[in-house]
Amino acid sequence: MRPGAGRLLLLPALLLVLVPTGAGLLGTLLPAFGLLPTLGHAELGLGPWRELLASSGLGRAVLLTLASGVGSTLLALLLAVAIAATQHGRPGERRLRGLLPILLAVPHAAAAVGFAFLVAPSGLLVRLLAPLLGLDRPPDLATVQDPWAVALALALALREAPFLLLVVLVAADRPGLDHRLAAARSLGRPPVAAWLEVALPELWSSLRLPVLAVLAYGLSAIEAALVLGPTAPPTLAVLVLRWTSDPDLDRRLLASAGALLLLALGLLSILAGRLLEALLAGIRRVPLRLAAALEAIGRPAAVLVPAVALVELALLLAWSVASSWRFPALLPSGPDFAAWRAALPLLGEVTSTTALLAAATLALALPATIAALEAPRSRATASLLWLPLLLPQLAFVFGLQLLLIGTGLAERPTGLVLAHTVWVLPYLWLMLHGSWERFDERQRAAARCLGAGPLGTLARVVLPALARPVLAAAAIGFSVSVAQYLVTLAAGGGRFRTLATEAMALVAGGDRRRIGAAALLLALLPLLVTALALWLPAMLERGRASSRPPAQAQLLGRGANRLSMSSSVKLSPAAPPPSTPS
Amino acid sequence: MRLTRRTLLAATGSLGLARVARAAEGFAAIRQWARGQRVYFNHWGGSPQINDYIAWAGTELLRRFGVELVSVKVTDIAETVGRVLAEKTAGRNEGGSVDLVWINGENFAATKRHGLLYGPITPLLPNFALVDTVGKPTTLVDFTVPTEGFEAPWGMAHFVLFHDAARLREPPRSLAALLGWARGNPGRSTFPAPPDFVGTTFLKHVLYATIDDPRRLARPAEPEVFEAATAGSWTFLEALRPHLWRAGRTFPANKEALHQLLDDGEVDLSMAFNPAEASSLILAGRLPPTTRTYLFETGTIANTHFLAVPFNATAAEGALVAIDFLLSPEAQARKQDERIWGDPTVLDLDRLEPEDRARFERLERGPATLPPEALRPVLPEPHPSWTELLEAGWARRFARG
Repeated sequence: MRPGAGRLLLLPALLLVLVPTGAGLLGTLLPAFGLLPTLGHAELGLGPWRELLASSGLGRAVLLTLASGVGSTLLALLLAVAIAATQHGRPGERRLRGLLPILLAVPHAAAAVGFAFLVAPSGLLVRLLAPLLGLDRPPDLATVQDPWAVALALALALREAPFLLLVVLVAADRPGLDHRLAAARSLGRPPVAAWLEVALPELWSSLRLPVLAVLAYGLSAIEAALVLGPTAPPTLAVLVLRWTSDPDLDRRLLASAGALLLLALGLLSILAGRLLEALLAGIRRVPLRLAAALEAIGRPAAVLVPAVALVELALLLAWSVASSWRFPALLPSGPDFAAWRAALPLLGEVTSTTALLAAATLALALPATIAALEAPRSRATASLLWLPLLLPQLAFVFGLQLLLIGTGLAERPTGLVLAHTVWVLPYLWLMLHGSWERFDERQRAAARCLGAGPLGTLARVVLPALARPVLAAAAIGFSVSVAQYLVTLAAGGGRFRTLATEAMALVAGGDRRRIGAAALLLALLPLLVTALALWLPAMLERGRASSRPPAQAQLLGRGANRLSMSSSVKLSPAAPPPSTPS
Repeated sequence: MRLTRRTLLAATGSLGLARVARAAEGFAAIRQWARGQRVYFNHWGGSPQINDYIAWAGTELLRRFGVELVSVKVTDIAETVGRVLAEKTAGRNEGGSVDLVWINGENFAATKRHGLLYGPITPLLPNFALVDTVGKPTTLVDFTVPTEGFEAPWGMAHFVLFHDAARLREPPRSLAALLGWARGNPGRSTFPAPPDFVGTTFLKHVLYATIDDPRRLARPAEPEVFEAATAGSWTFLEALRPHLWRAGRTFPANKEALHQLLDDGEVDLSMAFNPAEASSLILAGRLPPTTRTYLFETGTIANTHFLAVPFNATAAEGALVAIDFLLSPEAQARKQDERIWGDPTVLDLDRLEPEDRARFERLERGPATLPPEALRPVLPEPHPSWTELLEAGWARRFARG
């Protein structure tokens, strides 16, 4: 393929993401510099920035944002790596694989509420201790909404660790890794140290972008910060929310400046992350003490991380059927199914709208992403693809609305799908980028030698080989679409009722029973889809295991099976990974 | 055709008050235009009771007037205001996506000031004649801002406090008493973090209790006098703060979170803007059955919430028909029923036909609802400029960390 034509493959993805992002950015940038003619602000100036810098609690809010965003990302990464390193090749890994769909299906907002049910002063943990301590009232302790946002950081980390773990596990499904790990172990390295020295560097290219996405999410998280974060002052994202929803419309200028500050914090944190990465990249040997420490974390974490998520789910379920559940009762009274009676009608039309919308978004975003991944690497252009994840959605929807209205796409299905694509495509990209970068180009070359065109190679060699990561990415993309509240409302104008628009409205009412039911309902579709994406390949494989072809051919499927037999290129499972330019 | 419709609306919309008598005649035409229209009603969607009530209204509107009411639930009406603002910015001056909004106070002041509302609409509504504009002056003046007909009153709100009588028999009935009680019961009371609506309203009560001359609050606040006028408020709050829940270092996000704290037994007091809210929460199992409602002895703030039509509404006629129906004695009485919603009516019962009055007289009050005669005295909302300065002062003093 000519290089010029190859570049064109990037175009659909870039257009799909950058046109709305550009509009959104412009809709934030202009007001941030004093321009919003509708409200009578017709002159460029630094007024909003002066107001921002003078606003009370800004410094503290920035600190809280960085502490919770960066802290939760590092903790999530630590947990994921520790778990993966200690559980590799053990029965625990299989158990975790089975549980991941459940852990990932819980929406962030629901996980935050579940976490509050667990650790709040009136939560399950204190109730368990209450008889021992002789408490008949919840203690006046800030175990959630603490002034330093510790609860927020913890909850975010616990929710994101399974996501990063999924990325690691999917990426670790690669030929030869086990052999190389065995080789390292045979040289006397303890298993955890061997994993850190051999597997982690190999997997890092798959893990890098998801970690940055977790960081971006953590910095701009709103729902979790509202439930678990401090209030006086809150994190910067919540401050921006307050300003955006202030009845005084002029505050929207201030909110725009705040959103840009949040964006700048995101970019700076990512820069710092890249520096840290460069510093750590040189490490070839991991000190045994560090490996031991990771093992000491990883073993309990492998149980605790899923356990906390499952207890959160159980608490949401228990609350959803409680008629009342006052402190210090350990069990709810009830059952009372009022919340479910109200929520179940959503299972018809609303659920199918939600699923259709997510499927349509994937149908657009997945081919565009794969086309972009097939294009010659262009790091600078490609990194623009996940810009939307860094932008606080709240400030961004104004510009998006202007674009949709201007193009006549507002309140139309097309506009809605395009709007969802802006947030789904970046996730697909960052989930798949590593897999594509690590794909053994010799397989592609072999297919070409056999006369396959680019499309044939993609369909018969690349996609079958990467079926697992593609399915996992699609499942995550689906979940991202299902969870969109603000964007669905902004683009759909209430014409499309989805699980998110209906559930979030109920969450605003603060009734724990309705929140529990709504959260479980929101988790349902992602759970089904993630389970299908993660369990299906494993089950199919198990079915085929009796007549097990060589590992590589099995991954490649039938077409490639023929290929490996007739090809002169040796597809050895023990082949070293191709070196990738970084 | 569309032009004719617009012309008609423009003509009726600009009716002077002297020609209100012709409204009924005009409204028959509006009803005709409304038939077959789809009205997108954007409203806060956090209450299942309210959502159910709106769904009922939708069924009736379709049956009686052929108007389809589509409920668009939002978590904050600011999302809708932002949407209309985006449409105005993009030049979408007709064919807008929002036809009807539930709004009041500062949101109304801002949308009206920036020309985001259609109107005046109240002269067009036959049922507006039944509104108790004399006994309930806040139906015409929203947070001291004259509505000038750009919004139609929908329901009444009155600030009330809750306590669980089983845990706290005699609640503090003034702010001074609250301070004394909090000193003896540290960590047992708090209020939603301003700028939450209810939290800010609590601050307004502190302002009423500490300002030299409360009449000043009806006029715009000049920044130069604001500091002196609010000095007492800040002193009071400084004194109260260390005795609050979490030592006043953090506050619940909104009244829903505060109700939850009361139900969890973390605090002994809560507050709300609906006199029937405690009863309906008891009914829903969200507050102990022993919860009771009370007022400060010096009175609490009352206001009204409204319905309005955006400047570029597609189905303006349908929205007007919907508003008029929601103002009807039947719809208002159903709304006031605590088993349905419990939102007090804006109508003057003396102006109703006997059978319509009977609808209201039949309604029962829940265990925690005070009778209307106990909801006294009434404090008016301060001018919105006080609110803004109050919230900024709060953030400067108490929310900087």
